[in-house]
Amino acid sequence: MRLLLDGLTILAVGAGAFFFLAGTVGLLRFPDTLSRLHALTKADNLGLGLIVLGLLFQAEGLFAALKLIGVWLLTLLAGATVTQLFARAARNGGSPE
Amino acid sequence: MSAATLYGLCSAVLIGLGLFGLLTHPQVLRKILAFNLIGTGVFLLFGIAARRGAAAGFGGDPVPQALIITGLVVAFASTAVAVSLLLRLFQETGRTTLPSDE
Amino acid sequence: MALDIFLGLLVLGLAVWIVSTRDTLAAAVEFVAFGLVVTLVWVRLAAPDVALTEAALGSGLTGGLLLGASTRLARAETATSGERHGAVLRLSAAGVCALISAAIAALVILLPEPAPTLAPEVAANIAATGLENPLPAVLMAYRAIDTLLEVVVLLLALLAMWSLAPDHLWSGLPWRPDAVGRDGVLTFVAQLLAPVGILVGIHIFWIGSVAPGGEFQGATILAAMWILVTMAGLRDMPPMSRRWLRVVLVIGPAVFFAIGLAGFAIAGSFLGYPPSYAKQLILTIEIPLTLSIAAALALLIAGPPERAAQ
Repeated sequence: MRLLLDGLTILAVGAGAFFFLAGTVGLLRFPDTLSRLHALTKADNLGLGLIVLGLLFQAEGLFAALKLIGVWLLTLLAGATVTQLFARAARNGGSPE
Repeated sequence: MSAATLYGLCSAVLIGLGLFGLLTHPQVLRKILAFNLIGTGVFLLFGIAARRGAAAGFGGDPVPQALIITGLVVAFASTAVAVSLLLRLFQETGRTTLPSDE
Repeated sequence: MALDIFLGLLVLGLAVWIVSTRDTLAAAVEFVAFGLVVTLVWVRLAAPDVALTEAALGSGLTGGLLLGASTRLARAETATSGERHGAVLRLSAAGVCALISAAIAALVILLPEPAPTLAPEVAANIAATGLENPLPAVLMAYRAIDTLLEVVVLLLALLAMWSLAPDHLWSGLPWRPDAVGRDGVLTFVAQLLAPVGILVGIHIFWIGSVAPGGEFQGATILAAMWILVTMAGLRDMPPMSRRWLRVVLVIGPAVFFAIGLAGFAIAGSFLGYPPSYAKQLILTIEIPLTLSIAAALALLIAGPPERAAQ
């Protein structure tokens, strides 16, 4: 049982790390602000979600698991807000690069 | 070489880098940034002193760690005053570099 | 160990990038990232309370301060962004800094073994304070005078900042960007996040007696929520002449100082606590102290008055 949980954790965290890598490559290689934001949101939502999923298998107790999910939701909220503000600024008149 | 010594050498380089930035940038905001780098380096020195003092079931000696927390708060306060001085300088003279650095 | 080497190289790489980059706004953003990596270093050094404080104050609030300043100064900064001193000055500065770094590195390598430590004394006396987390015990009981003076330093910094206001604006409002208004996204997030943030801040303050946390970390989160609400345009910062604002700022250190003086009567020394109700006394100090620190931090970020109050 322990082995199964550890294996699932490694799988999920590995997949999450891959999405983070993809998001960073997008950040570095895409030409303008809006497409870079698009790449970053994939890293934020999916990558962090997979990592939190992997850590859920290691959490001790319901309360710790709920706190992990709370961290994910708060990061989603912050990321979505900042992405919106950046995109609005980029569309309105050029954010400083 | 333990982790504490590694981070100690890291903090030595940080202090040197911060001092270099403080001396060679004419823009005041970059000087404030470099000053914060020096501060972080000094706090890391305290941190490794705390880590090396791990005993009695604690992971690190709590007294230097408390000093770091105090230092962080005071560093933030001085950064805030420095930034407001810089903004006032900008309002009065329209420049962000100090006159003797031209 | 490999993780420590990786983190150390990352910290140094970010620091080199901060010092050498041309654009000031980029340097401010890199500083926030640097602060977050240093938070991980604190966790590796077994200092979780310091990690919380670094993430909140050192990276979050200081980064916000520097980002705000670099956007306000953006025009003037881009005009002077390429300026450097002459090569001779930079070479000699590099030489001096390398010497200082080498001296500190030698100090680190020559540190005495076994390391002197006060941890056994902390552990021996912690039962008398009623706390389980050793850091608040040090902050509020063993070195309480340092914490009292630290909060006074915060208030003095606030006074220094306020004294930069011109006379006719002495009871005015701090600076605010012109574009702040009922922008949908930021207003929605502020309305959603502020109650959650206040709850998290109070929780981190409360849990500090048994787990990593404490009044500074909790107060930083409360201050950040206040800043978020003002940035979203939901409320304006109060003018600095309001009496309730000044009472909130002063009540923390005042209660601290009063209990300290009472220590002469009940425990025989300044800021002494009798062991039977030490924890209650510490709690009585910490609650107004958290409010005062939160108000001071939020006002330090807001800045000196620059607009006239209506």
